[in-house]
Amino acid sequence: MFTLQDYKKGQPRWCPGCGDHFFLASLHKAMAEIGVEPWNTAVISGIGCSRRLPHYMATYGMNTIHGRAAAIATGCKVANPKLAVWQVSGDGDGLAIGGNHFIHANRRNIDLNMILLNNRIYGLTKGQYSPTSPRGFVSKSSPYGTVEDPFRPAELCFGARGHFFARAVATDAPATVEILKAAYNHKGASVCEILQNCVIFNNGTHDSVYTKEGRAKNAIYVEHGKPLIFGENREYGLVQQGFGLKVVKIGEDGVTEADILVHDAHCEDNTLQLKLALMGNGDGMPIALGVIRDVEAPTYDQCVEAQIEEVKAQKKYHNFAELLETNDIWEVK
Amino acid sequence: MSNELEIKELDEVVVRFSGDSGDGMQLAGNIFSTVSATVGNSISTFPDYPADIRAPQGSLTGVSGFQVHIGAEQVYTPGDLCDVLVAMNAAALKTQYRYAKPGAAIIIDTDSFGPKDLEKAAFKTPDYLGEMGIDPDRVIACPITQMVKDCLADTGMDMKAMTKCRNMFALGLVCWLFDRDLDVAANYLKEKFAKKPGLAEANIKVIQAGYDYGHNTHSSVANVYRIETKHKVPGRYMDITGNKATAYGLMAAAEKAGLKLYLGSYPITPATDILHELSKHKSMGVITVQCEDEIAGCASALGASFAGALAATSTSGPGICLKSEAMNLAVIMELPLVVLDVQRGGPATGLPTKSEQTDLLQVLFGRNGESPMPVMAATSPTDCFDAAYEAAKIALEHMTPVVLLTDAFVANGSGAFRLPNLNDYPAICPPYVPEEMRGTWTPYQRDEATKVRYWAVPGREGFQHILGGLEKDNKTGAISTDPENHHLMTQLRQQKVDSIPVPDLEVLGDKDDADLLIVGFGGTFGHLHAAMDAMRAQGKKVAMAHFKYIRPLPANTAEVLKKYPKVVVAEQNMGQLAAYLRMKVDAFVPYQFNQVKGQPFVVEELVNSFNEII
Repeated sequence: MFTLQDYKKGQPRWCPGCGDHFFLASLHKAMAEIGVEPWNTAVISGIGCSRRLPHYMATYGMNTIHGRAAAIATGCKVANPKLAVWQVSGDGDGLAIGGNHFIHANRRNIDLNMILLNNRIYGLTKGQYSPTSPRGFVSKSSPYGTVEDPFRPAELCFGARGHFFARAVATDAPATVEILKAAYNHKGASVCEILQNCVIFNNGTHDSVYTKEGRAKNAIYVEHGKPLIFGENREYGLVQQGFGLKVVKIGEDGVTEADILVHDAHCEDNTLQLKLALMGNGDGMPIALGVIRDVEAPTYDQCVEAQIEEVKAQKKYHNFAELLETNDIWEVK
Repeated sequence: MSNELEIKELDEVVVRFSGDSGDGMQLAGNIFSTVSATVGNSISTFPDYPADIRAPQGSLTGVSGFQVHIGAEQVYTPGDLCDVLVAMNAAALKTQYRYAKPGAAIIIDTDSFGPKDLEKAAFKTPDYLGEMGIDPDRVIACPITQMVKDCLADTGMDMKAMTKCRNMFALGLVCWLFDRDLDVAANYLKEKFAKKPGLAEANIKVIQAGYDYGHNTHSSVANVYRIETKHKVPGRYMDITGNKATAYGLMAAAEKAGLKLYLGSYPITPATDILHELSKHKSMGVITVQCEDEIAGCASALGASFAGALAATSTSGPGICLKSEAMNLAVIMELPLVVLDVQRGGPATGLPTKSEQTDLLQVLFGRNGESPMPVMAATSPTDCFDAAYEAAKIALEHMTPVVLLTDAFVANGSGAFRLPNLNDYPAICPPYVPEEMRGTWTPYQRDEATKVRYWAVPGREGFQHILGGLEKDNKTGAISTDPENHHLMTQLRQQKVDSIPVPDLEVLGDKDDADLLIVGFGGTFGHLHAAMDAMRAQGKKVAMAHFKYIRPLPANTAEVLKKYPKVVVAEQNMGQLAAYLRMKVDAFVPYQFNQVKGQPFVVEELVNSFNEII
């Protein structure tokens, strides 16, 4: 058994109040609860504020180059599937410069736990808009507001045929620990979007859900097999309407709890899961937190291993000397 | 016609098969090479194919060629010009005739010289031979397409399938011309088409028809030639291309080191065959990941290296630019990585299927910061095996990325490869952290003499650590921006690479009294050797020194380069090796021979140019 202390190392150097502090504490806790030995765990980051994270882990780790963490983690996991591999990126690192690796790690379904620390800003380079900053966002590199639409990470993950997507708010430790454990338990690429604040360059970006009170009003915790009910007094629920979802008040217009949609994270068809994931962008719907999608599928790393075993059984050559003999050979005497 | 043929002995011969890119010229050439190598001849091959998969049929740009040089004694190059040219259509004759020697025999398929074919090949008159000034007596004009159809008439094959066998007819004819045993060809086809025995049978039938045609109706070529092998090195051999030999070298190294082999790659001509080859060998545990891009190819390999595998990435041309960032990460993290760069014509997309040596300075210096990385260059198709093995050994034992340069010429060309015995190869011993360092070890602790840091592979308890792209403190391994530490770490990384032991530069030819030393690197070895031989045969005093290890340079480099009155550095670029050697060797001022045509050197041009220097 391991404790939180077995995964901790060093003194974090993020700005006071940075969401990374909260997330790091949750990660330590989740790892201790998961119980994979620190020496069988690798934490891999790219560049940005998130890149520091492996430095505070007593596991194996790499703080690599901008955007490539998912690609590097891919090789690490495929070469040694016994390792628990965690890949940590911010929204710039993961979705801008590393966008290609992000989608392909999802598509291949490599058993990586992919953390996306989303503060909608480039913090380390001191405040430029990121691929998740909303249209019109004013920053040092967009003094008149951006003229482009942001990525919505869930949409990208689902578009890449991702099988696991969960979301938590950095300050919400218990929920964060839960989705990290679920991500580890899911075999295949697992994307955890962590909503977090950048106190210096994008303060308040997730204000509506950053406090417990805020979440009570503006978020819905989704749980597989449970009705999609939310609100300070659990008075609201989600129902399907036409092609979309609608908020209803339980007890009004004859709506009872039995009418509320039951969350199915295991449903192969991701249509409604995507609807859930996209709620809350100024549409009067709550922001969905928790495990939104968690569908079993063959993982790349296991398939590679299985194929190697299969071909080993089929073929008669298993070492270099035997390989040579498979060629057309002639003898000169 | 008489069947009493005169059989003439030859020392060497060059045959060039050419046709439309869909005509199967590479296959015909490969089979002929194998048949010749099987009787112990020395061979050197050069596939020369267009970038288009299927250019418009019969067009000048769609011509594909395969040249093979066969010798009774060692041949070093595929030959400048051919003794026999097979031209399967008008466009092939038009574009390939310039590779024929004066007096070469020319085999053509007259069925592919109709008015439309001639028009596509930009002939102005129906007298295509006259237009090109070819003596009809040298031409074996044969209605190959019709003969093939007749031969396969009762097989029930459709027209398209039948015409695909034309290459085998030409092959049969060439086999007759050189008195080759058809059994080897038949076996080759049976194996290649193991799953389609009907197709193998049809092809074998057509080869025989081509052979018989030559035997019965040869009109203008009165001789059959035979190349007897003179100096045999006993042993068991196989034909191998450079790319395949590279793949084999990596597999051999992984086995010797007791490690998994991981290749991260992205398809790119002419390096893709390395990925193809390694993908086949799952039964040996080889892992290949065809990545989303070149960057991920290199980055994932580095991840695999961190996880404890022998990791490699393969590329060419623009791919090496994309990999440089992750290569640099390997430099600062000090992890083993083999980077295979099969050089092609550049810049940018350049000439994807053609050969150059133009990446040398890029792999030496084309990264940000002080980024010392060992660089090697394979000298021939078969040398790719030893070079890849050695590159892997250096990477693993010195905890560094290593670049192995080959080129399109070496990668696609082939030679007879004497089967290696791994017991004869040196052990590969990565510097794993000794157990007694548990508790005190930090990731950038080094062996005093070699400056190599120790390797702790994830999974090992008590050696958890972090590596990364930021400069680290030389003692604690923590991130450091300390000026003195950075200077020290820069020096340490350089010293580590500088102290890698590499073999001395070998001087061939008139090593004691040469008037001219010919210097080159990598894939031009054969051509420079042939040029030296030709000059010595003219009575000149000439030596050569060829670089396989470029960083670090062999210890005797300066001594060798300064020993001779004149030195010429000959390379397929604008003078990159010459510039590097001038930087490394004081007051070294060589002559230069630079050619960037995408084609191998022509020995005759080298000789003429070198003679002017002398």
